[in-house]
Amino acid sequence: MRRRRTPAGLVEAEPGPAHHIEFDGRPVPALPGQSIAAALWADGVLAWRTTRVGGTPRGAFCGIGSCFDCLATVDGRPNQRTCLLPAEPGTTVTTQEGHGRADLAV
Amino acid sequence: MPTSPSDPAPIDRAPFDLAVVGAGPAGLAAAVTAADLGLRCVLLDGGQQTGGQYYRHPAPGLGAARPDRLHHHWSAYTGLADRLAAHERAGRAVFRGGHQVWALERSDGGFAVHVTRGPGSTDRATVRARSVLLATGAYERQLPFPGWTLPGVVTAGGAQAMLKAGLVLPGRRIVVAGSGPLLLAAASSLVTAGAEVPAVVEATAYLGYARGPGVLAGVPGKLVEGAGHGGALLRHGVRLRPRSAVVEAHGTDRVTGVTVARLDADWRPVPGTGRRIDCDALAVGHGLLPQIDLATELGARTRTGPDGAVSLEVDARLRTSVPGLWSAGETNGVGGADLALAEGELAAHAVAGALPEAALLRRRSRLRAFAELMAAAHRPGPGWTGWLRPDTDVCRCEEVPVAAIREAVDELGAGDPRTVKLLTRAGMGWCQGRMCGPAVACLAGPAPGSASGGPGPDRRPLGCPVPLSQLAAGPSPES
Repeated sequence: MRRRRTPAGLVEAEPGPAHHIEFDGRPVPALPGQSIAAALWADGVLAWRTTRVGGTPRGAFCGIGSCFDCLATVDGRPNQRTCLLPAEPGTTVTTQEGHGRADLAV
Repeated sequence: MPTSPSDPAPIDRAPFDLAVVGAGPAGLAAAVTAADLGLRCVLLDGGQQTGGQYYRHPAPGLGAARPDRLHHHWSAYTGLADRLAAHERAGRAVFRGGHQVWALERSDGGFAVHVTRGPGSTDRATVRARSVLLATGAYERQLPFPGWTLPGVVTAGGAQAMLKAGLVLPGRRIVVAGSGPLLLAAASSLVTAGAEVPAVVEATAYLGYARGPGVLAGVPGKLVEGAGHGGALLRHGVRLRPRSAVVEAHGTDRVTGVTVARLDADWRPVPGTGRRIDCDALAVGHGLLPQIDLATELGARTRTGPDGAVSLEVDARLRTSVPGLWSAGETNGVGGADLALAEGELAAHAVAGALPEAALLRRRSRLRAFAELMAAAHRPGPGWTGWLRPDTDVCRCEEVPVAAIREAVDELGAGDPRTVKLLTRAGMGWCQGRMCGPAVACLAGPAPGSASGGPGPDRRPLGCPVPLSQLAAGPSPES
């Protein structure tokens, strides 16, 4: 049987060594040069935020920084566009609930 | 102060002759041509690499030996990138990645170009230039449908972007739907990269192209490109369903399937024609919209294209109505990369006061005519609202459902998108109405006084979110 085609296979990618980011406390592999959203997609994760009103899950939608659906808390800072931010070794990503500033609640 | 030969960055001392905003096909071609013609040029882009969305490609760390396999005419990009690199080495041009322009300001007979580079208060810059060339491209037009906020529903361009840059797919079985030539390109990339694409669902019947046979004959390259995508789809057994739409995405935490229904000529779903297709992702888009906020904030005149999209009005030399501000590519009406390349080159000639070759002018005219034909062929029909349900969210950011917008229009008397926004918050969120704008405008009805019956240009004083700390700090003293 023919080997399954993959994006990396198609462009004959030989990436540098994979590292890990942390997503909700667990390690997720990332390749050098991938965005956080790309690393999460590669791991089968499609949602990393819940909305403010309905509490429904969201992830990357437009992929180019226009729609702001892919927001997450990154290294403690809420509302970061994960489709634009690189997945650096040790980057910590937390599923963002609502506006992501529950710590400011009174 | 005179610049000494030992100065490490002499290019930063005086205002640039030209700032090009956007490093996609139009901006790259413009910057390289302008530098060829002797202008000192700065090329700014929010992304870290040149290429824009069309030539988006993997970061060097991913070690892609054959990025060309995800691109049409990749050599056009590498040729421009090589020429830009040579100009950079010679100090004639500079590319600044990670520089997102949030406003243009007239100052001292030129422009102050305000840039944000990140979240910190010092991540800001102001670049000064005598002229500005806008090459900010486009973003996708979205029309809502039940289930479109489910994870796994992504834009067609977004699926392309994540694939081209990150070498990832949103799923293994991806339905591609909406309208416009981007769908065929996206489907072709996705299947080539290993996804299964059970269907490409296109709302039009493609008949619009037949209305301009002379225009088509003038752009044989477009037919070859289309045939290339068609060939890839045929090889992989992808079924094209014209005059149909995804009228609902199913799933709870992520998409598990879609319902595809036939449309009439006005894009109204035909009752009883719905058929379910299982999938784990949906890539959807309804054409592209010019990204022109930076120019409209300066009062640049606009026009409404055959597809209802608002673009900048430019003259034959690609000047906008704002003195010193030029525009090239999608900002003048969406027409694709070949047109953007031609317009970038043309605009650079105009800025430099140089005469372009007649062949370039002819090429631009032919491609512009094709763009108009394409826009007319894929103009959304008014019947698309037939697939909405009262609880369908129209505004993704503020979670405003159809029912709230209809209430604002039918019961509270809102007659234009701005009033709907004030009453419902639709368009008031993070994306500033970029995702819901076309749908809200359609549900609100034609704006009063607009000759075309379509909405006027969206107004966005800031081209992107800027931290308050950067605004409070005022213009940076540098450059």
